Amino acid sequence: MQRSNIFDYKNYLYFKIAVVIILVAFAAYLIFEPAVGHYGGSFLGYGLGTISALMVLWMAWYGVRKRRYRSSGSTQGWLSAHIYLGTAMTALVTLHSGFHYGMNIHTLAYGLLLVVVASGFFGNYTYMIYPRQMSENMGEDSLDSLLMRIAEADKLARQIALVMPDDINNTVSRACRETSIGLGLIDQLRGYQPNCPSAQAVDDLTAMANELNPEQRKLHRELYTIMVRRLSLVKRARQDLMYRARLGIWLYLHVPFTIALLVAMTAHIVAVFIYW
Amino acid sequence: MRKHYNIIIIGAGPSGLSAATRAAEQSADYLLLEAASAPANTIRHYQRRKLVMAEPRALPLRSPLPFSASLRENVLETWEKIIADYKINIRYNTKVSGISRTAKHLEIQLEDGESFTADNVILAIGVQGNLRKLEIPGGDVPEVQYHLDDPDAYQNETIVVVGGGDTGVENALALTGRNQVMILNRAEDFSNLKDSNLNHLTEARQKGAIDWLLQTKPQSIERNSSGDFPITLFASTPNGIERIPCHRIIARLGALPSRPVLENFGVAFPTADAGALPMLSASYESNVPGLYIIGALAGYPLIKQGINQGYEVIEHILGNPVESADNELLREKFSSFCDDRGVDDVLVKIQKNVPLLAMLSTLQLRELVLESNIVLSEPGDYIFRRNDYSTTFFFIVEGELDVLIDDDEHPDDHLKTGEFFGEMALVSGRRRPGTVRARTKCVLIETPRRLMQKLINSVQSMRRILNEVAIKSVVQICIGLSLDEEELNDVASHAILKSFEAGEELFHEGDDADGLYLIQSGSVTVSRMIAGREVVLFYVAAGNYVGEMSLVSGEPRYATVRAAVATDAVMIKADRMREIIARNPEIRGALDTRYLQHLQDQEKREQLENAPSGGGSLTSQSTQSNLISFLIQQGVGEATDVLLIDESLCVRCNLCEDACANTHGGASRLDRDTGPIFANIRVPTSCRHCEHPHCMKDCPPDAIHRAPHGEVYIDDSCIGCGNCQQNCPYDVIQMAVIHEQPERSLWQMLLGIQPKIPDDTEGTKVAVKCDMCKDIKEGPVCVRACPVGAALRVNPEGLLGYASGTSGEVNLIGANEA
Ligand SMILES: Cc1cc2nc3c(=O)[nH]c(=O)nc-3n(C[C@H](O)[C@H](O)[C@H](O)COP(=O)(O)OP(=O)(O)OC[C@H]3O[C@@H](n4cnc5c(N)ncnc54)[C@H](O)[C@@H]3O)c2cc1C
Ligand code: HEM
Ligand code: SF4
Ligand code: SF4
Ligand code: SF4
Repeated sequence: MQRSNIFDYKNYLYFKIAVVIILVAFAAYLIFEPAVGHYGGSFLGYGLGTISALMVLWMAWYGVRKRRYRSSGSTQGWLSAHIYLGTAMTALVTLHSGFHYGMNIHTLAYGLLLVVVASGFFGNYTYMIYPRQMSENMGEDSLDSLLMRIAEADKLARQIALVMPDDINNTVSRACRETSIGLGLIDQLRGYQPNCPSAQAVDDLTAMANELNPEQRKLHRELYTIMVRRLSLVKRARQDLMYRARLGIWLYLHVPFTIALLVAMTAHIVAVFIYW
Repeated sequence: MRKHYNIIIIGAGPSGLSAATRAAEQSADYLLLEAASAPANTIRHYQRRKLVMAEPRALPLRSPLPFSASLRENVLETWEKIIADYKINIRYNTKVSGISRTAKHLEIQLEDGESFTADNVILAIGVQGNLRKLEIPGGDVPEVQYHLDDPDAYQNETIVVVGGGDTGVENALALTGRNQVMILNRAEDFSNLKDSNLNHLTEARQKGAIDWLLQTKPQSIERNSSGDFPITLFASTPNGIERIPCHRIIARLGALPSRPVLENFGVAFPTADAGALPMLSASYESNVPGLYIIGALAGYPLIKQGINQGYEVIEHILGNPVESADNELLREKFSSFCDDRGVDDVLVKIQKNVPLLAMLSTLQLRELVLESNIVLSEPGDYIFRRNDYSTTFFFIVEGELDVLIDDDEHPDDHLKTGEFFGEMALVSGRRRPGTVRARTKCVLIETPRRLMQKLINSVQSMRRILNEVAIKSVVQICIGLSLDEEELNDVASHAILKSFEAGEELFHEGDDADGLYLIQSGSVTVSRMIAGREVVLFYVAAGNYVGEMSLVSGEPRYATVRAAVATDAVMIKADRMREIIARNPEIRGALDTRYLQHLQDQEKREQLENAPSGGGSLTSQSTQSNLISFLIQQGVGEATDVLLIDESLCVRCNLCEDACANTHGGASRLDRDTGPIFANIRVPTSCRHCEHPHCMKDCPPDAIHRAPHGEVYIDDSCIGCGNCQQNCPYDVIQMAVIHEQPERSLWQMLLGIQPKIPDDTEGTKVAVKCDMCKDIKEGPVCVRACPVGAALRVNPEGLLGYASGTSGEVNLIGANEA
């Protein structure tokens, strides 16, 4: 189905605008070189600075706009603009700084901006890559239904394991007890559990098949199938949680640093005016 | 006890109670009989603390029985007090099983064998009363119940639910968690359930919260003298008799239709149609002299109407002239165009002018006028325009109008006093095929589709005329040629109207050709067996025809045609059609062109289908035919607008739902992460705005409407009865409490903080569903809120056409077009 996403929105409208902005800014930078070299206080520096400051405010406004549901137009257009113009704005700010950095409020503001932008780029990457992978991973299943089927498999496996030799019983019940499906944030972001007891159990079960009598062998086969199915469910659930976590985590940098940026930028502007 | 009364009232619902109270006030000689052990059994079974609403608001109430919108508990309490104050002569636990007319009076048979006689009988037993009972030994123990009013009232019990239908399963699900629940189902599976119920049921079973027995019938019930369980149910299963000790049995075996009961009493119906209502005089008297029928049973589904009728019937029987309570409303309706005459005169004049309305009884005409708009238009006014979605029907009481079918301003047809128009809306639910404009000053009656349907079911002659007209316009629309009047009449008189259920075949590949099928409403799929499996080749919407291929070639049926949704078709017999073709070279030409076109399309599709890669144009993994089948299954065939989510873009931010909830009283009308997926496209649980909205079928206050652009919405007269929720096959209606949404501060918006919403679960629940944001300026906020453009609304005709490969353009109403 051919439809525009945030990148090719309105036939790359905002991409084109961003390119023009950057080119114009560079040209201006190269043409108007002040005698003392580039710095924020030059005529051009003020121009770039003012435009950038307004753009930063406008960028932050996106957070408000996306939740003002009754406003007109589409959020998709706003995000497309947010991404391209935000990138262009970063170039403007860099030129505005004239590459003068130091241990001061001005460079702090610049640093914060870079964090916001970098996290934005990461977010962008997750938006591009993960949705498709998520639906490939889940199909029509929901996380809840996976968890339920895992619980079901746990119950069945434990029941069968009860009549099996102790080592099998132990490894199965350890798998059921100790498997973590994205308990902590780190686990979620990582998307796997090191030394996963479920994977372990599947491996162990393969090795333990030998010392069984024919009756147990039949049960073992059944148990093995259940544990293999269970492992794949566990992996899918972890994957899903991982995608969700990664799609969300960067916003915990992007937004607070936006606030910090707004504060630092205000300080930067006030400072400039006081020392003028 | 005395055996004869002047008046016997049967059923102590609002209608019967109102009659009895008025009779008591007038010191009449009367008796009120009630099957249950308390009055107003229907209302007693509403859910606890339900707000009983007093619709229609404008209708004045005229009865000593008070009633205003209030909690169920208050309504019942007030009425019980009235029964005591007026010393109403009521007998509880008295179920009437027969009524017969003797030369002198009416004889009333009670279920326990006793009998009464009366000069007049008022039948007010409603339509809820005839629940099927468990007719097995021990089935009358008090632990067997036929309702579940308050699921929370039961804890730690073992409960058996008998019946695998939706109601039974919903009751069973409501009881899970706190109780052990077991369902007995007579059938071998739950295939008749709505999808959502089936899903919840399987889920609950997986969790071990519920259990079921299939192909199982209850045999008998025994009381236990000791132990934890008061009763034991014996049930026959495929593996023999099973003993099930339990606390309670809830039997949901469905209701008996009331028509056979009435026919048993000698009451006549005008047509054989299941929806027909009993024939009644202006004073609610049936064809059995002295037997009056009022309330829900007479076809008036609201409490207020029943109460007024109770009063009027008593007055009538006592010989007091009475003006019907709605007279004032009628007078107001008429005042705009004719205030110099009495209401009755105007009604007579209407019937004189409009032959179709002369076929109605006075009661039916009054109801029609009350529920209709009187439209006064000036020359040049547009009544409706081509492609509007309105579904009303118009009678011309006075004046002349022009019909414009094509784009020029030149009238193509002409309508005059006594005629009617808008009949296509009754059958197809699609857009208006033409524009109607007033030529002179006009007086029109604009009647809602639902009411017309009700009348068509009950008035044979009206139905015949409208059918004939419908057939003619279908012939015209489908074949697209204007036949002369005579030819058209000839075709119409030989055409047969056929109805098909969803999934039913119109004809089968390899059959002999029986005729040409013109699709009047609904839609069909055309499929063929290719490489051993049935492949859907095309989707054909209403307004087209199928079956011309064999007719032209004379060979057996080329493909199987199946109704995608409930479909009505007009069939013209093959030999008839050949005659017509012989006489009209133009039709021959049209059919031939169609035939060749179809052959080509078919060839192309079959090659695609056989191509190793599948050749679908959506994604490489999907074939077009799979996509068509999928979309049809999801109701796209009967939709006018569907929400889709492209899962390969969706970042699961939930903004679509938040946006909907925020702009719609806190209840999101879409459920983003349920609903089936095909080739990365999800059809989420959200209204399809069906051509014939199933949800509208049975709404007592008629609160569900269709806006001109097709939006199906619920207005604020919803009484929260839940009928629409039951009737929607896609499960998109929920019952929810609506809250004013608090304003969010800038900070809350920037940081995404949800403000605290007062948690008031005690509010009145009403039915809520997607209204397509018809009141919001730029349309669907769910689509516009999606930051990545994953949510989109599509026009299904375009989408299906695209999927069938017959048209290249898909009409996607994505955010960027909004
Ligand atoms: C869930 C729900 C919610 C509703 N909410 C509203 C609302 O908010 N506002 C509104 O206006 N309408 C509402 N309605 C519709 C309303 O309940 C009915 O229109 C109304 O009850 C009809 O009144 P009635 O007197 O005709 O029949 P009923 O109220 O059905 O009364 C019939 C009485 O007859 C008795 N009876 C039945 N058979 C026999 C027999 N053989 N012998 C003796 N007695 C018999 C029954 O026990 C019953 O007491 C709702 C309906 C439902 C199902
Ligand atoms: C000064 C620079 C920027 C500021 C102040 C800023 C601010 C914000 C804010 C406030 C939000 C809303 C977050 C929320 O409430 O959910 C947001 C979202 C986002 N930003 Fe930025 N941003 C900036 C630069 C960028 C850049 C350069 C990119 C990409 C290259 C970017 C990508 C995104 C993305 C993808 C989102 C998420 C959209 C969504 O899910 O609604 N941002 N930004
Ligand atoms: S609520 Fe259900 S039945 Fe009604 S229009 Fe929507 S999808 Fe169709
Ligand atoms: S169109 Fe409007 S009402 Fe319908 S689901 Fe979307 S936001 Fe909700
Ligand atoms: S708003 Fe768009 S991206 Fe967010 S959950 Fe809804 S469809 Fe997915």
